[in-house]
Amino acid sequence: MKALRFKRNIPRYAAAKIAGNIMPGSGASFGPIDLIQEENSESPGKDWVKVRPRLSGICGSDLATVDGKSARYFEPLVSFPFTPGHEVVGNLDDDSRVVLEPVLSCTSRNISPPCTPCSEGKIGNCENVTLGEISPGIQTGSCHDTGGGWATEFYAHPSQLHSVPDEFSDEAAVMVEPTACGVHAALAAEIPDQGVVAILGSGTLGQVTLSALRHFTNPKTIISTARYPEQKRVATQLGSDIVVSPEEIHRAVRRACGTKAITNVSEKAPNGRVDRLTGGADVVIDCVGSSKSISDALSITKPNGKVVLVGMPATVELELTPLWHRELQLIGAYTYGTEKLPDGKTTSTFDLAFELVKTAKLEELVSACYSLNNYQEALKHAANAGVRGAFKIVFDLRDERERNIK
Amino acid sequence: MNTDNKETSRPSPRPGFVLDVDRNTPPIVFHHGENFHLEKLPAGRSRVVYPSEPLEGLPDPEGAIKDALLNPLGDSDPLPSLLKPGMKLTIAFDDISLPLPPMRKPDIRQRIIEAVLDMAAEAGVDDVHLIAALALHRRMTEDELRHAVGDRVYDSFAPKGLLYNLDAEDPEGMVVLGETPHGEEVHFCRRAAESDLLIYVNINLVSMDGGHKSTATGLAGYTGLRHHHNVHTLRNSKSIMDRENSALHASNWRMGDVIKDAGVKIFQIETTVNNNTFGREGPLALLQKREWEWNARDRGQFIAMQRGLDLLPVKAKRRIFGGWQSPYELTSVQAGEVEAVHKKTIENVYAQQLVTVEGQTDILTLGLPYICPYNVNSIMNPILVMCLGLGYFFNLYKGKPLVREGGVLIMSHPTPWEFHPVHHPSYIDFFEQVLTETTDPIEIEKRYEKQFAEDEWYIHLYRNSYAYHGVHPLYMWYWGSHAMQHLGRIIIVGGDQKAVRRLGFQSASTLQDALEIASDVVGPQPTITHLKTPPLVMADVI
Repeated sequence: MKALRFKRNIPRYAAAKIAGNIMPGSGASFGPIDLIQEENSESPGKDWVKVRPRLSGICGSDLATVDGKSARYFEPLVSFPFTPGHEVVGNLDDDSRVVLEPVLSCTSRNISPPCTPCSEGKIGNCENVTLGEISPGIQTGSCHDTGGGWATEFYAHPSQLHSVPDEFSDEAAVMVEPTACGVHAALAAEIPDQGVVAILGSGTLGQVTLSALRHFTNPKTIISTARYPEQKRVATQLGSDIVVSPEEIHRAVRRACGTKAITNVSEKAPNGRVDRLTGGADVVIDCVGSSKSISDALSITKPNGKVVLVGMPATVELELTPLWHRELQLIGAYTYGTEKLPDGKTTSTFDLAFELVKTAKLEELVSACYSLNNYQEALKHAANAGVRGAFKIVFDLRDERERNIK
Repeated sequence: MNTDNKETSRPSPRPGFVLDVDRNTPPIVFHHGENFHLEKLPAGRSRVVYPSEPLEGLPDPEGAIKDALLNPLGDSDPLPSLLKPGMKLTIAFDDISLPLPPMRKPDIRQRIIEAVLDMAAEAGVDDVHLIAALALHRRMTEDELRHAVGDRVYDSFAPKGLLYNLDAEDPEGMVVLGETPHGEEVHFCRRAAESDLLIYVNINLVSMDGGHKSTATGLAGYTGLRHHHNVHTLRNSKSIMDRENSALHASNWRMGDVIKDAGVKIFQIETTVNNNTFGREGPLALLQKREWEWNARDRGQFIAMQRGLDLLPVKAKRRIFGGWQSPYELTSVQAGEVEAVHKKTIENVYAQQLVTVEGQTDILTLGLPYICPYNVNSIMNPILVMCLGLGYFFNLYKGKPLVREGGVLIMSHPTPWEFHPVHHPSYIDFFEQVLTETTDPIEIEKRYEKQFAEDEWYIHLYRNSYAYHGVHPLYMWYWGSHAMQHLGRIIIVGGDQKAVRRLGFQSASTLQDALEIASDVVGPQPTITHLKTPPLVMADVI
């Protein structure tokens, strides 16, 4: 098999961090990730099945790992060496197509009885991610035993697999997992009917979250920030009412909410600068996860409003006074599981994601495909997707020789 | 006007004229924000409209003011006979937007207000309010008010709350006096409306100013202004500088009738100044000289100034130019009944500014200076660049526009993507929100006017800070709507490319590039006219 393998190697990890800081995505050239050829992998358990990826996406958390920017928080939650890749459409041995739901929950770990979150269908909150029959790993793509999607094969537990309808292209299918993240975030936000929502960031995650908000909730106004023209165009197409540059978000939310503004510096005459708002959006969904974006979110959310972190934040520096003073809720939205819809029905996030990908034609977000051999270029492209007018970059394994040897 | 001014005027100032550019014509100075460019215009098909030299100022301004107050025009009685003990007197005066640049001390407003107050005191009038008639402009600061009315007047009235800026958003302070036959509500300052006499002190820098517009606009709020500050009216004002052909003025004149019918008695005092914008001597004097008359010293001085400015950071340049005060001289003062006074005022404005120009041109070029009515002590943001070029300078005509319909306007200005956060907060939103959606004035009016006019935060900043009203940037855009409709293309030379694009205009690095771009619209050998202003010049196109 052929795979991209990420090892524990502190000096190379440090080199990746330096390189990634200089040029996003270039951590792949210096970091502890290598393209390897080896004997086919072994199944981690008797129920597990082999998946031969067709397309495998590159996500923001993968890039953080490659560029040495992942939080140390994850160290005990992964097992080295591992093969990244959790956004996968692949074939089973019978050639049927499946999409991977990568969370390694109690069921896949063969833990019985399952933990409380898993028993409630909230597998993303599984309390046993380091336990059970397989090595630690919160998802396929961070667990040594399972392998990952950036390879010509890996293993999945049947509970992780969803059949792909024939009418779905591979491009549509590979968008199901990231879309499920957006669906979960949109529903976790509990948008009030006719509320005002701001989405910070218009990369893939921002766009799928926007699309989910438009389809499964009923806001009055959605405001998106987008840095690049293509991001702006797609955000408008997917249903954002107002699309502005990140530095314009305070004013845009103020206008949409009809609130007043406050300048951080106290001056003799009230200043027309808008540093924070007296009121603000009902909900702000941060799909960036930087110190700046979270600070912005806290400054444009109305008192008692909600800030949802969808973008993986790592280590950030924050002024939390507004959180306290305005009694804001700051919540995270990680992966998926079972969702409660505004009409009270419950359903699996992946079912909603399949529906949304099809309805909103989210396969159009797949911008470029690379072979595994060109992984360094692929990762650079993914890290600079916005500026290059792209969204989702994927590895295309359909023509890999190793994959097609049965 | 300036008694301390040691400058001497020409015995007979030369009128403005039109220069046909030939091979021997030297490069022409173009204003370019806080800098200047020398531009060579194509020979044989270019012309330059030069302003008149400054007319001689009145030798005794105080005497002329007193004479005007005692010998009013129209059916008005002399001012002293209108002043009675126990009466309520309001003196309103033009705000910071006039004149441009601000004038050297003492300001004309100070001279007139002092003369009026002397007469009021003699008559035993003690209920006097002084109001800066700023409509929806920003409030004037203490320093600016002191400059306009003088320290003596400021110190006597301001501390008691008797000298203040109009607050057109104060529901108690404003009143609707009635409607014109066209259904236009006349929104007016309550104190002025309820006074026994309203004296208006004006500076008529251009022919658009004065007349009923002084009070019907200057003392009004949004409720009234929206009836003439709109796209339809401004597109039918050809031009706003020519009252007889201006729908804007027609509306103000109708409102003037309503004000009169409501019993508001107005004593109008109007003044005109000469073209001595940059001084006959001093560092900027050569901007008033015709280029072929420059001597070696002038040329050296210009090059040194230009290079020096190139080296300075923009804030320093703004400080230098913002500190410039023009040594204008008073050329006329007339007082009495509004229309009779204004008729005489316009004659005096035209005497200084009007130049006859034969026929229209394919391309009109303008060098835009660092200042316009709405960035005194502030920043000329891109919307104000548009307004100065398309709203004011394009409209400096009588008869026909200088440029033919479908022709090209080329303006030179750095057009920085920069806004004054205190003065122009709603401009930032307008630039960020509205212009990214549309640049069509009709669409803007329809979709955004209400939002910007009624935004509580803008209203708060207008009333309590020094911000232009929320709706003001939309008015700026409307001001340019006649030009936008008339022109085939608008090009800005040397501007911030992103800002120029946001305005919906084309950007060019040099005048030559701009002429090249313009040829797509007007053909390869277009006629070109450069309106060389400031100092101010108005074209009478025949």
